[in-house]
Amino acid sequence: MRGVTKTFGSVIANDRIDLDIRQGEILSLLGENGSGKTTLMNMLSGIYFPDSGEITVRGQPVTIRSPKDAFDLGIGMIHQHFKLVDVLTASENIVLGLKEKGRLNLREVSARVREICGKYGFSIDPDKKIYDMSVSEKQTVEIVKVLYRGADILILDEPTAVLTPQETDRLFDVLRNMRKDGKSIVIITHKLHEVMAISDRVAVLRKGVFVGEVSTSETDPQKLTDMMVGHAVTLNINRPLVEPRPLRLEVKDLTVLTPEGVRALDQVSFQAFGGEILGVAGISGSGQKELLEAIAGLQTAQPGSHVIYHPPTPDEAIAGAHVPVAPDGEELLGKNPRQIHRIGVSMAFVPEDRLGMGLVGSMGMADNMMLKTYRSGRGPLLNRKPPRALAEKVKQELDVLTPSINTPVRRLSGGNVQKVLVGREIAQEPSVLMTAYAVRGLDINTSYTIYNLLTEEKKKGVAVIFVGEDLDVLLELCDRILVLCAGHVNGIVDGRTATKEEVGLMMTNLRKEAAGV
Amino acid sequence: MSAPVTQHEPAVRIVKRDSIPTWKAWCIRLLAVVLALLLSGLFIFAVTHLNPVAVYQGMFEGAFGSERNTWVTIRDAMMLLCVGVGLAPAFKMRFWNIGAEGQILVGGILTAGLMIHLGYTFSTPILLCIMALASIAAGALWGLIPAIFKARWGTNETLFTLMMNYVAIQLTSYCVALWENPAGSNTVGIINMQTRAGWFPKILGQDCMLNVILVMTLTVGMFLYLKYTKQGYEIAVVGESANTARYAGIKLSRVYIRTMAISGAICGLAGFISVAGAGHTISVDTAGGRGFTAIIVAWLAKFNTFVMILIAFLLAFLEKGAIEIASQFNLNNDASNIITGIILFCIIGSEFFINYKLVFHRRKEAAGK
Repeated sequence: MRGVTKTFGSVIANDRIDLDIRQGEILSLLGENGSGKTTLMNMLSGIYFPDSGEITVRGQPVTIRSPKDAFDLGIGMIHQHFKLVDVLTASENIVLGLKEKGRLNLREVSARVREICGKYGFSIDPDKKIYDMSVSEKQTVEIVKVLYRGADILILDEPTAVLTPQETDRLFDVLRNMRKDGKSIVIITHKLHEVMAISDRVAVLRKGVFVGEVSTSETDPQKLTDMMVGHAVTLNINRPLVEPRPLRLEVKDLTVLTPEGVRALDQVSFQAFGGEILGVAGISGSGQKELLEAIAGLQTAQPGSHVIYHPPTPDEAIAGAHVPVAPDGEELLGKNPRQIHRIGVSMAFVPEDRLGMGLVGSMGMADNMMLKTYRSGRGPLLNRKPPRALAEKVKQELDVLTPSINTPVRRLSGGNVQKVLVGREIAQEPSVLMTAYAVRGLDINTSYTIYNLLTEEKKKGVAVIFVGEDLDVLLELCDRILVLCAGHVNGIVDGRTATKEEVGLMMTNLRKEAAGV
Repeated sequence: MSAPVTQHEPAVRIVKRDSIPTWKAWCIRLLAVVLALLLSGLFIFAVTHLNPVAVYQGMFEGAFGSERNTWVTIRDAMMLLCVGVGLAPAFKMRFWNIGAEGQILVGGILTAGLMIHLGYTFSTPILLCIMALASIAAGALWGLIPAIFKARWGTNETLFTLMMNYVAIQLTSYCVALWENPAGSNTVGIINMQTRAGWFPKILGQDCMLNVILVMTLTVGMFLYLKYTKQGYEIAVVGESANTARYAGIKLSRVYIRTMAISGAICGLAGFISVAGAGHTISVDTAGGRGFTAIIVAWLAKFNTFVMILIAFLLAFLEKGAIEIASQFNLNNDASNIITGIILFCIIGSEFFINYKLVFHRRKEAAGK
């Protein structure tokens, strides 16, 4: 790829990028979120068309206008979000869209799928339906789909984001087998240890600009971080121990059903304390969303479930803003967010779906600030003065980049959207603060801003519940980590002593089986 | 291995715009209108060999040529605007109320019925108040039923409101038969022709002045309601995302029901204005498709009621103009409808160019490399 440029509106996603991909190697494309990795690869796989620049495959200048063109050139991409049809089997998904002459012979397809699997060390049942598959299996189907079409340049977009450490190891073995077979592999990632573990070469992007490439053997994580961020950053998060830590939230036998009647949470019990960050680890979709939403009053729980809130005692620093209703604890289940607010519980919730749940995308910062408080004040009219003042304050204190506090938040970048949301939630002086994937999609600097904000809240005596996906961060930020697996609590570990392998193992069912439960 | 690809680069690419200055957006809309006039001119000339300028002149005369024509246009625009204002809160809430037609009719039925039966009992001002309240109640009820079903059982409001239209149309047919005058005509005729009981009084010498006052009050009121009240804020949040609304502690069912009551009530009042302030009769054509046309008014204005005034006038102008040229140039109604269609198509299509821009591939630049 030579001088490839792509702009979206006024944003330059890729600025004159030169990149070589060699046969029989694994190349890591490293960069922070929003640095243009996926955009660059999307141009290679025919999703986007470059504004300028040229692409050469095996010495031939080519024009890639569609994913089909890319397949014809042997380029296949495995996207972060799988593009599979749930009700079809693996084989059916694999041949979908292929224009082969003659009748479709699914048995032959299955045989070829098995052959490909055997060659590279996958394990997959070609006749299994997609909806019965785990995330890891679905990913395998995507990879086989690309190989079935004869691709010899494979692009994987953050393939490990949804995998447990064990599954990641298995995937890496497969990728090494492919390299042996002469395939070229590009993996898009921002996880340094994976880069070190798997790749031969690393190409680094920063803010749409190509920073450089190095052989993996000649570099180390610190050097790569410096290249990625542009200046040296310390990877340490400050984790003070706060005393005292009073009981704030007690979850007992919480069971929540999905609309299909499956148990998303099964008899979940734990306690959360003021002055600590309780991490929640687990493969995505293990019940994290339901857990936070049930506590926030957005999910109905099964009978027998309890979420007991223990109000701060009057001598606590954060007590001033809240009215203790029942000193021995108040049941929160069965109340909606408004009722929870009305009984004096200040609960802050930063949901996973920022623009679909936490904010109103078409409104500006100012109008978003009053989402939970617009009812305050007498009379039928809105009082826009306090939210405006708050918006200005959040904009200033958190460095929110926005043309004005009336610009629709949908137009802001992901990091700024999250700052608006977190800023509002913290401004309500919560006693419980819940965040779901608070740093997903944010660059390192913004992520650290968020970590620091959470730690500040913890120091104030707030009970923080932090649902995360990056185990390194969970282990550095949290005082305790609760591990969810398929709706069960598989254990609660001390964040200061636990190891990544230990937590990773608990995220899968291995530990339960070993314990004979 | 694959064959070398020798396709050319695409000549045009569609790129989403970040944002666009307001003046530029209006320029694009203006260009669309000009383009529409040129296109329809071509059509007129190709089909009828008439001078397009003369045809346009005819349209303008039909709408604004005389004082009477002007007031008829104003009256029709006000009707359309009134229904559009009624639809605005529902559509802003993303509640697809396509039942305005029925809500207008039930408001009209009650107005006509009261006018017939109480015309000799009460004086006109009191009768007008009674009719207004009754039509508001009827329209609100017609809007409430689908809202309650949606809130309780999650029924599809689009189908439900549409079906309610047919119920209202049948009710109207029944009432027309009931109140038939003179017998056998299958129409209600002009109600209280002699006494003018229950008719809108003349204000400043104009029959339709009260229509204008009522509708403009509603227009301003709805603008303020949507923009400055807590309920208006709730409507905006619910419309953007039901999940966000639940997160904010907004009771969805209550907002659905309340907003649809308001939406239906205003449409019902439109029925009252139509019967007491314009037609002085009731028939299945009293709504005359305005319940649907007003959807265009509400959408094109993006629920800004002041912009709706402009669009309501444009549509009323097109309709009146089309009727005029149909008679003046001996074109049939379909030909003038085609012109209306072309103009609307261009205006709605221009929104695409406001949201997206086209980037043309420059051959020279590519060759230079």
